[in-house]
Amino acid sequence: MSAAATALTGKSAERFRFWDSPIGKKAVMAATGFILFGFVTGHMLGNLQIYLGPEKLDAYAEFLQQTKGLLWGARITLLICVALHVTAAIQLALLQKKARPQAYVKKTSAGSSYASRTMYWSGPILLAFIVFHLLHFTTGQAHPDFQHGAVYRNVVTGFQSAPASLFYIVAMLLLGAHLYHGIWSMFQSVGINHPKYTPVFKKLAALMAAVLVGGNVSIPVAVMTGLIR
Amino acid sequence: MKLTLHIWRQKNASSPGKMVRYETDANEHMSFLEMLDVLNEGLIAKGEEPVAFDHDCREGICGSCGFVINGVAHGPLPSTTVCQLHMRHFKDGDELYLEPWRAAAFPVIKDLVVDRSAFDRIIAAGGYISVSTGSAVDANALPVRKKDSDMAMDAAQCIGCGACVAACPNASASLFLSAKMSHLGLLPQGQPERMERALNMVAAANEGLFGSCTNIGECEAVCPKGIRLEFIARMNRDFLKAAWTFRQERVESD
Repeated sequence: MSAAATALTGKSAERFRFWDSPIGKKAVMAATGFILFGFVTGHMLGNLQIYLGPEKLDAYAEFLQQTKGLLWGARITLLICVALHVTAAIQLALLQKKARPQAYVKKTSAGSSYASRTMYWSGPILLAFIVFHLLHFTTGQAHPDFQHGAVYRNVVTGFQSAPASLFYIVAMLLLGAHLYHGIWSMFQSVGINHPKYTPVFKKLAALMAAVLVGGNVSIPVAVMTGLIR
Repeated sequence: MKLTLHIWRQKNASSPGKMVRYETDANEHMSFLEMLDVLNEGLIAKGEEPVAFDHDCREGICGSCGFVINGVAHGPLPSTTVCQLHMRHFKDGDELYLEPWRAAAFPVIKDLVVDRSAFDRIIAAGGYISVSTGSAVDANALPVRKKDSDMAMDAAQCIGCGACVAACPNASASLFLSAKMSHLGLLPQGQPERMERALNMVAAANEGLFGSCTNIGECEAVCPKGIRLEFIARMNRDFLKAAWTFRQERVESD
């Protein structure tokens, strides 16, 4: 037997493939992250129609609700993406705990961004935020005065609560941090890194993170300051 | 110059360790290891157990030495092993914390010495090429693109010290793995086993209890040989391709 054969023994010889490896899981996280990033971008662009007035926004919401097949197709796709993204993240976090059982007495970061080191924190908080966000503006249980279909009105009354607005703003800052690392990292995970393109990806990641934070945070801020009423 | 050192002291693999404080004198021309040699001379004279640390060539090419100084693998100077780190980069009165590489894959043997044989098992799994022995082939008979040979040489700089694993918050060996895979995979001699190499070395790293890469770049920042994150992408590419296109070998009996 060659040394190569001895590395793959027993169960791993049959099963150690794509999903079983950290690289495969990271590729899944990259692909699902890409889809989720596409969604938050589209979601923000749709939401910014709030500045065009209640008629525009409510008509857009109704248009999305009209094509049930498309709506549920998108919802199911997003749900699968979130499930895969979270499952891989949990499994990799558990692997991390196993791989570094004893922490350093003193640890200094030598070359990584704060955003990249806090992905395991920004991720779960964002997940909690998504649940709250759905209960707040989609199903209404977390909303003080929810009316189905009256999107503009629900947004305005929802963001008049300071704690809710604050949570949105904090969550969006975390989304920005998550994407600041995530948007370029997804290319690295699937094997794309080149001195010509990677710096562009990193700049693009910073730009898109800033645009998404700015666009989304502007809405609760506009409500709180009375710009939108 | 006077230094205060906090050093991880651990009797053996099975006993728990702790940080112990030492005061020592050093001059700026000493290497970091020579500073520890002087400390050890003093400890021996006092009848105490000297601090154990790995070292061999002391010229930055063997990969034996290495520990974490104030939270940074191989200390504060970039692209430098601890043996090549000189005391002129520190100040009088500095307080330094010295710890071994911490990873499940690298159990502590004693003090600052860890067992890195997990790396050997990864190499045994795929870090080689098969060549026919006997008379050597004419080197010029096999053309290699200059840019490929340069990149292969960059990857071949890896001395297997383990600083990447030590610095990685996930204790991932990806930088080491990718350096070895790229070094061989960029050259024509490494092609026949390229896909199996990716599968087998990644599997061996997993069995060796190394963590997952999250692309944060701590490894690249501490690597004494300047191995780049780009090589990890190259490994990911090879592994994903190999995993997707893998065919199980069928052995027919009779």
